[in-house]
Amino acid sequence: MTTETLERTPLHALHRDLGARLVPFAGYEMPVQFPAGIMKEHLHTREKAGLFDVSHMGQIRLSSRSGAIEDTARALETLVPADILGLAAGRQRYALFTNDAGGIEDDLMIANHGDALFLVVNAARKAADSAHLTATLSDHCKIEVLEDRALLALQGPAAEDALATQIPAVRDMRFMDSRVLPFGDGRALVSRSGYTGEDGFEVSVPADAAEAFARRLFAHPDVEPIGLGARDSLRLEAGLCLHGQDIDASTTPVSAGLNWAIPKIRRSGGARAGGFPGANVVLSETPALRRTGILPDGRAPVRAGTPLHAEPDGPAIGHVTSGGFGPSCGHPVAMGYVPANLATPGTPLLAQVRGKFLTAATAALPFITPTYKR
Amino acid sequence: MLKFTEDHEWLRRDGDEITVGITEHATEQLGDLVFVELPEANITVAKEDEVVVIESVKAASDITAPLDGTITEVNDAIVDNPALVNEDPLEKGWFFKMTLANPAEFDGLLDEDAYKALVE
Repeated sequence: MTTETLERTPLHALHRDLGARLVPFAGYEMPVQFPAGIMKEHLHTREKAGLFDVSHMGQIRLSSRSGAIEDTARALETLVPADILGLAAGRQRYALFTNDAGGIEDDLMIANHGDALFLVVNAARKAADSAHLTATLSDHCKIEVLEDRALLALQGPAAEDALATQIPAVRDMRFMDSRVLPFGDGRALVSRSGYTGEDGFEVSVPADAAEAFARRLFAHPDVEPIGLGARDSLRLEAGLCLHGQDIDASTTPVSAGLNWAIPKIRRSGGARAGGFPGANVVLSETPALRRTGILPDGRAPVRAGTPLHAEPDGPAIGHVTSGGFGPSCGHPVAMGYVPANLATPGTPLLAQVRGKFLTAATAALPFITPTYKR
Repeated sequence: MLKFTEDHEWLRRDGDEITVGITEHATEQLGDLVFVELPEANITVAKEDEVVVIESVKAASDITAPLDGTITEVNDAIVDNPALVNEDPLEKGWFFKMTLANPAEFDGLLDEDAYKALVE
């Protein structure tokens, strides 16, 4: 892919000014790192606050033609095994778009903003997701892809103080709150959530106000720019899945260890059991493979695609889906899929790296202790 | 005298012995190193043999033997502390020393100006 075909976010010029190394990602030219480098960016986010441009992600507003939020929620529940009718105004929930085989088409955040649902979906899936919503829900719902908004994530222990200098009301929010707040002449859509394991916020602002907003946040002494490289190592330490890598259309929620995202009310025996694509598979399966943390013994990173073995002369019994060095852990960390009976934390495994069998063990996720403000 | 390869290695000659490392440009491109695997000393290597594995936070890379020869010594300090390569690529961050099968080949490598032209 050449740079001419890549899309740019409203913060592209700012990234250039800050000395970012820009790479193609999901059709966008995005900063993989800034001059500080991935290691320092990662550690800074956990110690102070990191500002990420995640404007490449899809922002979708979903509202019912009847005007009733209950109708929007009921419609969306036909696509995701989550409790959306029970999602209070001002709250946000993690959910999965499933397919007829029970596979995960995308993972997303769904917020109830009172008059509409606000969805944040993965960059690489936003076209497919909006097509899916249009094909299935457009009789009852209006689907608006918000192309004119930027999305910034401010993550880390100083995130609240830094963001409150711009939007004071964020101090009253707790983890997974999502609010529409006054912002200049317009509105900011703010959620207290993120993809790092840290307390923090994701803030949607009008595209034409995004650069000035980011520059005001950088004026806070604790805020530094963070690229996609550190975003990946932060979410890996936090045990969070990357769609297309740890979960995809061929992995089911139970296999991926995401059954916590399916509440009782949507499971067998629940008041609104099933009724989403692949429900018969998702609600009854006992998957052969389970996603688990993997802790390599040595210093060599064990990366995505690495085969996992139970014994050196035996066949591969699983594989790594994400892996690398964990800067906050100070050692390599990974996650992947192994047979369910080997997924108990502490089970020894061998990772085949460059022809050698490196010792490792399954491990509980996350690798760090999250600091969400509940 | 320093010589360079197109694979971003530097070579410094001291008598019969050549010290090999990677350039500052290479460390900037790679980012923070977190793992280094060095060869055994006293092994014979051929040009382009993969002799060193380095891993940054993002990715693994191979370092190849710049010329035919014999590895005489390796820098265990960078195995214990891979960050030395980022901090001081031309001195404390050296990778290995070797003697050349054909010492005249050293003169055929890139000089500093040619290498700078390559990376600019």
